[in-house]
Amino acid sequence: ALKGGSPFQVSAALKEGRVTPTELCQKCLSLIKSTKFLNAYITVAEETALKQAEESEKRYGRGQPLGVLDGIPVAVKDNFNAAGIETTCASKMLKGYISPYNATVVQKLLDQGAVLLGKTNLDEFAMGSGSTDGIFGPVRNPWSYSRQYKEKSVPKSHSQEDEESNWVITGGSSGGSAAAVSSFTCFAALGSDTGGSTRNPAAHCGVVGLKPTYGLISRHGLIPLVNSMDVPGILTRCVDDAAVVLGTLAGHDPKDSTTIQDNFKPFDLPNLTDVSKLSIGIPKEYHAPGLSSEILSLWSKAADLFKNAGAKVIEVSLPHTRYSIVCYHVLCTAEVASNMARFDGLEYGHRSDMNKSTESMYAATRREGFNDVVRGRILSGNYFLLKQNYENYFIKAQKVRRLIANDFVKVFGSGVDILLTPTTLSDAVPYMEFIKEDNRTRSAQDDILTQAANMAGLPAINVPTGLSERGLPVGLQFIGQSFQEKQLLTVAKWFEKQVKFPMIQLEVKRHDHGAFQHQKSASFS
Amino acid sequence: MRALTLGRWLRGARGRGGARAPRRVPPARAALTAPAPRPAPVPPRPAWQRGQQRPPQRKVTVEVLDRLEHLALVDFRDAEGVERLQKAIQFADQLHEVNTDGVEPMDSVLEDRCLYLREDDVTEGNCTNELLKNAREKVEEYFVAPPGNIPLPKLEERETFLQGS
Repeated sequence: ALKGGSPFQVSAALKEGRVTPTELCQKCLSLIKSTKFLNAYITVAEETALKQAEESEKRYGRGQPLGVLDGIPVAVKDNFNAAGIETTCASKMLKGYISPYNATVVQKLLDQGAVLLGKTNLDEFAMGSGSTDGIFGPVRNPWSYSRQYKEKSVPKSHSQEDEESNWVITGGSSGGSAAAVSSFTCFAALGSDTGGSTRNPAAHCGVVGLKPTYGLISRHGLIPLVNSMDVPGILTRCVDDAAVVLGTLAGHDPKDSTTIQDNFKPFDLPNLTDVSKLSIGIPKEYHAPGLSSEILSLWSKAADLFKNAGAKVIEVSLPHTRYSIVCYHVLCTAEVASNMARFDGLEYGHRSDMNKSTESMYAATRREGFNDVVRGRILSGNYFLLKQNYENYFIKAQKVRRLIANDFVKVFGSGVDILLTPTTLSDAVPYMEFIKEDNRTRSAQDDILTQAANMAGLPAINVPTGLSERGLPVGLQFIGQSFQEKQLLTVAKWFEKQVKFPMIQLEVKRHDHGAFQHQKSASFS
Repeated sequence: MRALTLGRWLRGARGRGGARAPRRVPPARAALTAPAPRPAPVPPRPAWQRGQQRPPQRKVTVEVLDRLEHLALVDFRDAEGVERLQKAIQFADQLHEVNTDGVEPMDSVLEDRCLYLREDDVTEGNCTNELLKNAREKVEEYFVAPPGNIPLPKLEERETFLQGS
C-alpha cells in the first residue's frame, strides 16, 4: 500500500502506472471501513468517488493527467458545500440538506482530478476545540490506537474496554479531517480555521495543518462562522503536499469579494539549506499559563535548532496576546449571531412542525435544530450587539483586535521573518477528561496559541515535531507575514526535515474477520 | 555525539538580554526528546497569569433575557443557559482592562484594500428546481411560510422557563 506517500510520491506512482486511481480509491475506501470506529467521516461518497477514480484512470491512460492531484483521494470537512452530497455541519439543522453547488475550493480540487472520498466530522457548526460536539458523535484520535500510545499507557489490562475508555480526542474543530489524513484514509483534507480549528487538530493528530492568509483562498461555499476570520485550512502529511494543495486553491474568486485580486502563482518549495539569513522571533507571551513542560522543552530545542544552524533567534513581544481569546469570544459570538440567522427552516434545512406564525416556526425550528453550544453563542452574540452594549463590547473588541494585529506588524517590521511558537498547551487529552469542562471553557483554553493569527489574518502552520511522554504527537507553529506563504512553507519544510517526525504505527483490528492484524503503515507492499 | 555538560549550558544561559554569539554546540538530535536545562530565548516561565481578579458578575435582568430570546429566536432552555450567558459576559468584561484610547475599531484585516466588485451582469441562475429541492414546504415555485405579522407571545403567555424567574 502506498499509504505513506505524498502526492509527489503517489502521484509519480500513478503516472508510472505502478498503481491505478481506482486501486488507490478502493484501498482508501476499504481503510475507511476498517477505521470506522474513529468516526472521522460523516458521509462517504463511495459511488461518486469510484466514478471520479475511473475518469482519472482514463486520463492517465491517455497520458493526460490534469496535474499532480489527479486521482488523489481527498476528504473535505462537512461545512463545505459539495454538490449532490449531504452537508450537515454536524448539526440537526442541516441534516438531510443536499448541497446544490460546490464550494469554490471543492470545485478547484475536482477540477484538478482529485477524488472526493467524503465529508469529515467536526464540532457542530465548527464551534469547538475537540470535535466532540457534533450530532454524529466525537472523533477519535488515530494515535489512540497506535503502538506508540499503547506502549506508553498505564497497562491496567489491554482489554477492549480499557481501549474504549482511554482514547484521546483529535482536537477541533476539523478533527475528522485531521484524523482522516493521519490514519491514511486520504492524502489531503480540507478543514476550516477560525480560531485554530485546523492547526489544533493537526497538532494533536501529528499532521501538517496550514492556515493561509485571510483573503488568499475563497470562502465561497464554506458555511460561515466568523466572516472576518474564517479561512479554509489544509491538512496533509507533509509540508510539500500542503504547498501543492495551496497552489491549487489559492487565488482570486469573483464569488468571494474578500479574496484579494493580486495574481497568485503556485510555487514549488525550494530545499532550503542555508538559514543564516533568517530571523526567527520567539514571542514570549506564547509561554502561556498551562503550557506543558514537554512542549516548552520541545519549543526551546526547536529554537536552538535554528540558532545552531546559523539563524538569528530572538525573543519578541506581542503584548496583547492574552486578550486575543476574549476579543475572539466577543467578535465570534457577534458574527455567529448574524450568520446563524439564516437558519429559519424556510428554504433549506430542518423545519419545525410548528406553524402558528413565522416567528414561532423560526423559534421552534432553531430550538430543535441547534445544540447548546450554538444557541449559547447566538444568545451571547446578540447580547453584545444590543444597542446598550454595542460600544462597550463589540466596538471595544474591534479596537482590541487592531492592537493585536498591530503587535504583529511591529514585530515583523523590526526585521523578524517568522515566529516560532507552540500550537497547543499540551498533547491530546482523553475524551473522558475533555468532556468534564464545557465547550466555551475548553475553547478558551485550547485556542489561546492559535487564535491571534486569525485575529490578524496571518498565515500559520503546524508542523508535527515530536512525541510526548504519552506517545502522542506534539506540534510547533510557525506564523508568517501576510501573503508570504512561500517563505513560511519553506521554513516549515526545512524544520520538518530536521525533526523527522515518526510515522504512526496504527494497529487496526479487522472486526469483520475477528482477527487482530497489525498494519505497519510504512510498508510499501 | 559529544555530550554537553550541564555546567556549560548554565554558564551560557546565565547572560540575560543582548545577543550572544552563536555557541558551538553539536546539532540537536532529530528526536528532540531530552528536556533542555536552561532554554533561551524561550522564556522558562509563563509570561503572564490568567486573571485571578474576575470582574463582578452583573446579573442580567429578565427583561433583557426575554428581549434576547425575541431577537435571537432561540431560547435559553433552562437555568444553565442563563448561567452560560452570565459567564460569557463576565469573560468578555476582561476587555475593559485594555486601554484603547485613540484606537480605531478594525472591521477587516484587508481594510487597506478595495473590495472586489464585479460587473452587474447576470452570469448564473435558472436553478429554481435545485433550490426548491431542499425546502420542506413549497407550492409550485413558492416557499411556504406560516402567517407573518404575528408577534411571539409575550413572556407571560409563552411557555418558557423564564416565566419562573
